[in-house]
Amino acid sequence: MGAGTNTTKPKGQPGHVTIMRSQLGRVRGYGSAHAGSHHWKAERVTAIALVPLTVWFVVAVLAHLGAEQPVIAAWAGRPLNAALLLALVAMTFHHMHLGLQVVYEDYIHSIPRREAAILATKGVCLLLGLMAAVAVLKLAVAAH
Amino acid sequence: MNDIRDALLVARNTEAKLVRRPVSPHIGIYRWPITMFASIMNRATGIALSVGSLLLAWWLVAAASGPVAFATVQGFIASPLGLVLLLGWTASLFYHFFGGIRHLVWDAGHGLAKSSLNPWTWVVLGATALSTLAVWVAGYLSLVAG
Repeated sequence: MGAGTNTTKPKGQPGHVTIMRSQLGRVRGYGSAHAGSHHWKAERVTAIALVPLTVWFVVAVLAHLGAEQPVIAAWAGRPLNAALLLALVAMTFHHMHLGLQVVYEDYIHSIPRREAAILATKGVCLLLGLMAAVAVLKLAVAAH
Repeated sequence: MNDIRDALLVARNTEAKLVRRPVSPHIGIYRWPITMFASIMNRATGIALSVGSLLLAWWLVAAASGPVAFATVQGFIASPLGLVLLLGWTASLFYHFFGGIRHLVWDAGHGLAKSSLNPWTWVVLGATALSTLAVWVAGYLSLVAG
């Protein structure tokens, strides 16, 4: 099977049904045959990671309620806390763009607009995640 | 018809006129089961949390920028608008958290029996309400004590 025109004429049936469409044309736009489950899996893996990270973060925020900036900066700068914050940030913004992508795919029917929304969201998530990560790293390497 | 799938959505009515079939569930006349509410809430809270993630990024960047920037974000959170948003985000976080765990259990192939769907929806809603209340009461008490 190549990319040539596929003419279907089953044996023993009238030969008037002719699909003037190439095999390539039929599959184009439906995504890769092998990476189709990647998005689904990544959404679940990030969700699993976020379960303990969220619990830790909520407890940590509660423990530092009303604290001044130097206290928060020192807390966030400790290696374990910084690592957990980086993991939280990475998982949150990864999960966020994966989730929003599904929302767009369900409701935005114009493909150019949908793709634009997905790309813009990926860009915003990447930048917000990087900003938050740089902030955590700055606190982690700062002298206290 | 723009989409080949639209062909499945049209039919002839009793007067032989071509009409669009109602989409199921026809939400205009449908009595919402609690599971439908649970499903749309998971998506709605996910969208709310996406907006809330701006606060997470802002809070971390402010903490790394210095006392003035940090005081600004703390002042915003303590403002009436900030508190309302924070309450909404707390509830959204817990709903998405418990609803998300439920989705993971479903993905593992468990808990899909029809009889368990309504009770577990109420468990998720109850856990959300209790956790939100617990966190806000604990926060209020720690601020009053501190």
